[in-house]
Amino acid sequence: MAKSNKPIIWGTFAAGGTLSAFVTPVLILLTLLVALGHTPEMLAYARLHAFAAHWFGKLSLFAVISLSLWGAAHRLRITCYDFGIRADTLVATIVYLVAAFGSVAAIVYLSRI
Amino acid sequence: MGEKMSRKPYVREVPKYSWFFRRPRYMRYMAREVTCIFIGAYTLLLLVGVMRLSQGQAEYEAFLAALRSPVSVVFHLLALGFSVYNTATWFNVTPKALPVQIGEEFLPGGVITGAHYLGWAVLSLAVLLMAGVF
Repeated sequence: MAKSNKPIIWGTFAAGGTLSAFVTPVLILLTLLVALGHTPEMLAYARLHAFAAHWFGKLSLFAVISLSLWGAAHRLRITCYDFGIRADTLVATIVYLVAAFGSVAAIVYLSRI
Repeated sequence: MGEKMSRKPYVREVPKYSWFFRRPRYMRYMAREVTCIFIGAYTLLLLVGVMRLSQGQAEYEAFLAALRSPVSVVFHLLALGFSVYNTATWFNVTPKALPVQIGEEFLPGGVITGAHYLGWAVLSLAVLLMAGVF
């Protein structure tokens, strides 16, 4: 049987889609408050740094960032095709590379906190 | 071989770049698909935030200050709209994606979708409470 990378890509898409369906709107709401000049207490440096210093905080931030990136990358690949950009291999390479670099960058930054 | 069998092959004309303007259904599909642009961009913004957080207090506070601009408010409002739309479309297909069978019967789709909306509301409120918004 031919091996396919579809289950892996689909798995991250499903996990990323579900996670971002649940948490992205409320996260945007939090930074919207920052943009409007009402920074929530949690986003003050000391509080957020303490949160990100804890293993649970690191894990949550990593899961949200990496899975949302992979979910968005997969959907962006399909969207490019739908908009008439038919160089699928090139598009797939770029979007998945961005998601991979973003995930690695998240690990690096979180490990420094 | 296939080419020889058909004397008058039917070629359906589909405009490559503007097909989705043809039907509201296609427009809704594309609206759902473009949510990924905003979610992807916002996630990269979060990544920058984590980077600035790892660099120190001054850098992180400069990041927060940089968020306070009209462009940022507009981006956030657009991203919020698209992400809520994404959430709604994601939850609305859950009865198809995660059918729940109890014995012979399937749980009604509305229950599955409703449970997701309820979970979303509870989680969002919990995050807002934890963040000290209220």
